[in-house]
Amino acid sequence: MENLKPVLEMVDVKKSYFGNQVLKGVSLKVMPGEIHALCGENGAGKSTLMNILFGMPVIHSTGGFEGEIRMNGEVIDIKTPRDAMKYGIGMVHQEFMLIPGFTIEENVKLNREPLKESILGKFLGEPMKNLNRDEIRKDTQAALDQLGMDMVPADKVAGLPVGYMQFVEIAREIDKRGVKLLVFDEPTAVLTEGEAERLLAAMRALADQGIAILFITHRLDEVMAATQHITIIRDGAFVKYLNTADTNVTEISALMVGREVEVIERAKHHEASNEIVMEIENLEVNMPGEMVKGVNLKVEKGEILGIGGLAGQGKIGIANGIMGLYSATGKVTFEGKEVALNNPKAAINAQIAFVSEDRRGVGLLLDESIAFNIAVPAMQNQGKFLKKYGPISLMDQAAITENANKYIEELDIRCTGPNQNVRRLSGGNQQKVCIAKALTSEPKIIFVSEPTRGIDIGAKRLVLDTLVKLNEEEGMTVVITSSELAELKSVCDRIAIVTEGKVVGVLPASESDAKFGLLMSGITEGMEG
Amino acid sequence: MFKNKKFNIKEFLSENAVPVVFLTLSIIFVYYSGTQPAIIMNDVVARFARNAFFVLSLLFPVLAGMGLNFGIVVGAMAAQIGIYTALALELSGLPAVLLATVVCIPFALLFGFLSGWLNNKTKGQEMLTSMFVGYFAHGVYMLLFLFIIGGIIPINVYELVLPSGVGARSSLDLTQIKGALDSIVKVDLFTFVFILAALSAVITVANTIKNKKLDVTKTVLTVALVVVGVAGNTLPALSMFKRVVKVPVVTYALIGILCAFISMFFKTKLGQDMRAVGMNMEIAEVSGINVNKTRITANMISVVLSAFGQIMFLQNLGTLSTYTAHQNVGMFAGAALLIGGASVTKATVPQALLGTFLFHLLFNVSPLAGQNIFGSALIGEYFRVFIVYGVIALAIVLHAAKKASGKK
Repeated sequence: MENLKPVLEMVDVKKSYFGNQVLKGVSLKVMPGEIHALCGENGAGKSTLMNILFGMPVIHSTGGFEGEIRMNGEVIDIKTPRDAMKYGIGMVHQEFMLIPGFTIEENVKLNREPLKESILGKFLGEPMKNLNRDEIRKDTQAALDQLGMDMVPADKVAGLPVGYMQFVEIAREIDKRGVKLLVFDEPTAVLTEGEAERLLAAMRALADQGIAILFITHRLDEVMAATQHITIIRDGAFVKYLNTADTNVTEISALMVGREVEVIERAKHHEASNEIVMEIENLEVNMPGEMVKGVNLKVEKGEILGIGGLAGQGKIGIANGIMGLYSATGKVTFEGKEVALNNPKAAINAQIAFVSEDRRGVGLLLDESIAFNIAVPAMQNQGKFLKKYGPISLMDQAAITENANKYIEELDIRCTGPNQNVRRLSGGNQQKVCIAKALTSEPKIIFVSEPTRGIDIGAKRLVLDTLVKLNEEEGMTVVITSSELAELKSVCDRIAIVTEGKVVGVLPASESDAKFGLLMSGITEGMEG
Repeated sequence: MFKNKKFNIKEFLSENAVPVVFLTLSIIFVYYSGTQPAIIMNDVVARFARNAFFVLSLLFPVLAGMGLNFGIVVGAMAAQIGIYTALALELSGLPAVLLATVVCIPFALLFGFLSGWLNNKTKGQEMLTSMFVGYFAHGVYMLLFLFIIGGIIPINVYELVLPSGVGARSSLDLTQIKGALDSIVKVDLFTFVFILAALSAVITVANTIKNKKLDVTKTVLTVALVVVGVAGNTLPALSMFKRVVKVPVVTYALIGILCAFISMFFKTKLGQDMRAVGMNMEIAEVSGINVNKTRITANMISVVLSAFGQIMFLQNLGTLSTYTAHQNVGMFAGAALLIGGASVTKATVPQALLGTFLFHLLFNVSPLAGQNIFGSALIGEYFRVFIVYGVIALAIVLHAAKKASGKK
């Protein structure tokens, strides 16, 4: 290996945003044809490092960076995404870089469309040549086939389930010729297990063709299964370069968080009771990609209920429907009173809180401060944090800041202070702000959707611990929707599995994985009773 | 899943609510205006010919994500500079129109570049920006025509300048170029229908040979056109139309060529880039598309086309109100496009054509209808002003609402 030149070297890279140093000298070395894992907690600086590699405008509009990037031993200068593409760097983004209004094939071939001669092109040159639709279709089909995905290239991206969108993104990168390095930024975070396995297989096939792959993921079992080397960063600093063969999950997670990670176990479990706090009857929710088709579910007072199931089966839609974010029909009763559907305010007033799976879109006002984000719903719906002067109400800044400081400390939100904009926070810290926001309105029941999607181990623990603590100390009923069964099993009392828009079964969390697996695949025989 | 989608009248109505409402309104107004339909038709045919270019020119900025380009008034200004130059050189007829076209192109390109550049500095507020570009350009235009013309550039044609010798006259007679395009070939309505039928037949045959399959829709269209043509020439009920309605063939041919150009354009690489930029700038940028350049190009095409549009407009009208002729161009074209069922992010050639037709039909009949329904022509007059601003406001509100619901 010593005589082989690395495809990519990043040497002592440093970067600050507004005086806050997020990268303190990170080095990275990726060899040709290897799958290299980049591991670190959220907020460790992985995204910033990738933004630098890809020449994203956010880096150069905030003063550039220090350090060197070398490809095949030569120092290169990447100022725009176009430069990165020119050097053969491809990226599968964590947030989808797909145009919803375009078809799959149009997205796969975006700005790399094969052209053919046209009347206008003869006179006006290259930009006026026609798109070669046949070739676009052929290439897209080939890329999809390589991934083993059964998708129609002419379908619009807009209606696809999230997991499929990821594959479109990957198909686009695969389709790029002359690509030397592919960055996968948490590609499996939104995929189901089967999809993830297919993806890892596709990655290995690409690596065998000599393409280096930089794999960013929180799923350490995937790191162990697929990679040859691992670079670990923590708090913006380089920690260690490891041979995957010489290490194990425990060591990696220890290096990432800098402390030992234990499995989350609850002190006490909820006793099965007959006291039903919420009853969901025949709920149907029209949420694209997560359709709910008649769910019946009873939530017991003081329990932690998990809602699990594969992506796209409708589990996400349940909480969204109850909260009035998507049009829904059916009947939801909370504490004996019916909750009006299709009316977010009614749900909030019934003291039902919701932490959305879409924290950047629904959960947060990205350009507002942490303190304001936490206070908004309580201010709007309960009149908290307001000073009344006759008919006029003004925001009580002191109380808002005090409340924010309380949660920043309690939930360990890593930030420069309560007045920092949430846009610049890492994903995990944004999630904590969302939870703080939900807690500020003092709910009786809290729905949390995908609380740990795209979050590192340390933050994951904190988030789950917080939920357990709420349940144990304040008796709050918690409903967690998550794609990660192991996570649900570690904190929940009961887990409902949703398949094809319906609850196919509710099992105690202590049931075996096999039984849950059967439910997820829609097999319910022998499960009754 | 949606393959077995059947035609659903309710869905059709809700998706095409705007054109359906305006079509209904038009029919009611035509009835109450008490005017011979043939006379209305003749006027609408002329209005359509002189306005279609403006509306079509808006397609480029809409598809490039810049909304309605109210800034096409700068294109109209470029055209007026061209026309004025032709008049100053004492040209007339087709040569004058051709010279005006040649002169206006560099101006239109420059204005389009500048307003496009400004649009790039104010992403997300393009409609507002382009509207104020129009107001600002109006000021510069005034300076040019009130002071520089005659003041710095000597003009020797007496009729073109104010008696003091400085500044252009506020109303210019364009008799010498009136109808330069329109009058080349004029045929009656049903002869024109036959011409369309012939064209349609040629396209149908070509398509059929190319795809080795009969193009059913186009065949039906051709047959329908022939039937209309024959009916018009034989049925006495339609003889009024045959006598009154005259179609300027060359102007319509130019509009046809533009439509063909647009649909070809959006099959090209540049057209695809424009659509990508229009749908999501950030993703387009990351994919390596030069977003700013693409947007400026869209803007420049739009402004050049609107300049051509203003030349076609003026040669039809026969007079030039030097200081006001350009003022409402952007607003009216925008309203027409929206009436055709377009939104500020999505528009097609048929929508532009339908919208132009409906808008000018309403424009024509509303004063008389107002007179006959409410006893006051002014109400009809108010109504058409209300339509223009109302439909634009409505479209922008609907767009915002859709955007908000699309976030879910």
